[in-house]
Amino acid sequence: MDLSVSIGSLALKNPVMTASGTFGYGLEFADFVDLSRLGGIIVKGTTLEPRQGNPYPRMAETAQGMLNCVGLQNKGVDYFCEHIYPEVRNLGTAVLVNVSGNSPEKYAECARRIASLDDIPAIELNISCPNVRQGGMAFGVTCEGAASVVKAVRAVYPKTLIVKLSPNVTSIADIARAVEAEGADAVSLINTLMGMAIDAERRRPILSIGTGGLSGPAVKPVALRMVWQVFDAVKIPIVGLGGIMNATDAIEFMLAGATAVEIGTANFIDPAVTMKVIDGIGDYLLRHHIDSVRDLIGAAH
Amino acid sequence: MTKYCLDLVLRRTSAPRPGYVLLQLANPSGALPPMQPGQFVEVRVDGSPGTFLRRPVSINLVDPAADELWLLVHVVGAGTRALAQLKEDALVNVVLPLGSGFTLPSGSSCPLLIGGGVGTAPLLFLGQELAGRGIRPTFLLGGRSAGDLLQLDHFRRFGEVFVTTEDGSAGERGFVTQHSLWQRASAFSSIYTCGPKPMMQAVARLAREHALPCEASLENMMACGLGACLCCVEDTTDGNVCVCKEGPVFNIEKLKW
Repeated sequence: MDLSVSIGSLALKNPVMTASGTFGYGLEFADFVDLSRLGGIIVKGTTLEPRQGNPYPRMAETAQGMLNCVGLQNKGVDYFCEHIYPEVRNLGTAVLVNVSGNSPEKYAECARRIASLDDIPAIELNISCPNVRQGGMAFGVTCEGAASVVKAVRAVYPKTLIVKLSPNVTSIADIARAVEAEGADAVSLINTLMGMAIDAERRRPILSIGTGGLSGPAVKPVALRMVWQVFDAVKIPIVGLGGIMNATDAIEFMLAGATAVEIGTANFIDPAVTMKVIDGIGDYLLRHHIDSVRDLIGAAH
Repeated sequence: MTKYCLDLVLRRTSAPRPGYVLLQLANPSGALPPMQPGQFVEVRVDGSPGTFLRRPVSINLVDPAADELWLLVHVVGAGTRALAQLKEDALVNVVLPLGSGFTLPSGSSCPLLIGGGVGTAPLLFLGQELAGRGIRPTFLLGGRSAGDLLQLDHFRRFGEVFVTTEDGSAGERGFVTQHSLWQRASAFSSIYTCGPKPMMQAVARLAREHALPCEASLENMMACGLGACLCCVEDTTDGNVCVCKEGPVFNIEKLKW
């Protein structure tokens, strides 16, 4: 049985990766997960300069999900290169960096510095963070904005470039086409859906900046539909995410057109969920007498 | 410390006061892992769509004789209500131990442990640990009324107990920060506190006035409990840090209170 998949020149031992911002640098989960069994780890959003993120409170629980407005808190790309990279470069799995910024130049400079790290085979370009005022999602909601960032990064980043798309758009297929045209190797979708929560007793929004990004099973049908639409729109591989809680969810994303998947919020509910998803995909292939997981990609179309 | 995700069995559930539930849990597949006072666990709550995330709960006690983990829960919402309705012998999925605990004093010392409401819970475990080291702590426990004072008999096993209530129904009337014990604050060597944030901030001010080292245990809203999601941050002298990982116990000098 063959669980391996490829995204551009990036070979993954299986299609199960962890979503940025939900799995730290992987090390936080080492007591629960054999990290070397993962298809990949996408580490938290990294920017050229350090960011403090948004004030507390940054989280609200919702029906079958949660909202967050963390706002890309991170210590900056140089800190990552000097202090985190040596800790994660030999985990036995593909370690990808999620890159964010507030101008095409800053995205590109951050990507350029990560390109110099031998053991980071790919980046995920975050043009879809709903929780920062400048940049982030601002680029991901128009074809021109998305194309401008991808063009700048593509010019300096020769390895596998995955672009993470926002669902907060009229046509995600159009955005996917725009980034494909600028040379993206793959797209990942979806980032969180913009939402909010209000405390009825206090009569105030719960989150410090009012709005946040919704994740968890609540968003899965939306994510699945978008993967389905983008599969028909582009030729590059799709990484699917959004509310995946178990192997069946992951398989549904692959059937809709995803080559690989990312597990995000589910890590908070079961820190070992990724192992169960990998095992469950294997069981599914056996049960259906399918030799390669690649045969699932887009098979529902 | 190694963390675990375990299905614990609920040996006994009881209500020490109306509105509170005490869960006594054991590991059906072996001994409980080592845990330190001030650390917490994340309890999985199944049942309703609105209780999606785990609930962080401080470790109330690890009973070494029975090898039981005690969790004292204030029933405030759907998640804690679901925990209160669990039946004995139910399996409860728990991630533990999480966070960093209280700094234990070395040698002879006279610590003052100040708790409010369900915030007293981790101070019982701390009291047991101190007693085990030959230190007899003093407890100052506060509540709105007598019905909010929890586990007083257990606290008395480990040290002297003073109480305050806002309505005067038990102990001295007022807040913990108004208790007459403060008149001899110089007799104490350090303060540990857990409770509502305004209470802890008032305690921190008094600790500074009396030049006593002080640690406070925070309970910011959290998701992962592992330092991954960055939701539970506290603004400290080191910037925004995760309460679940760098805390929940902080020296007050690190806090911008």
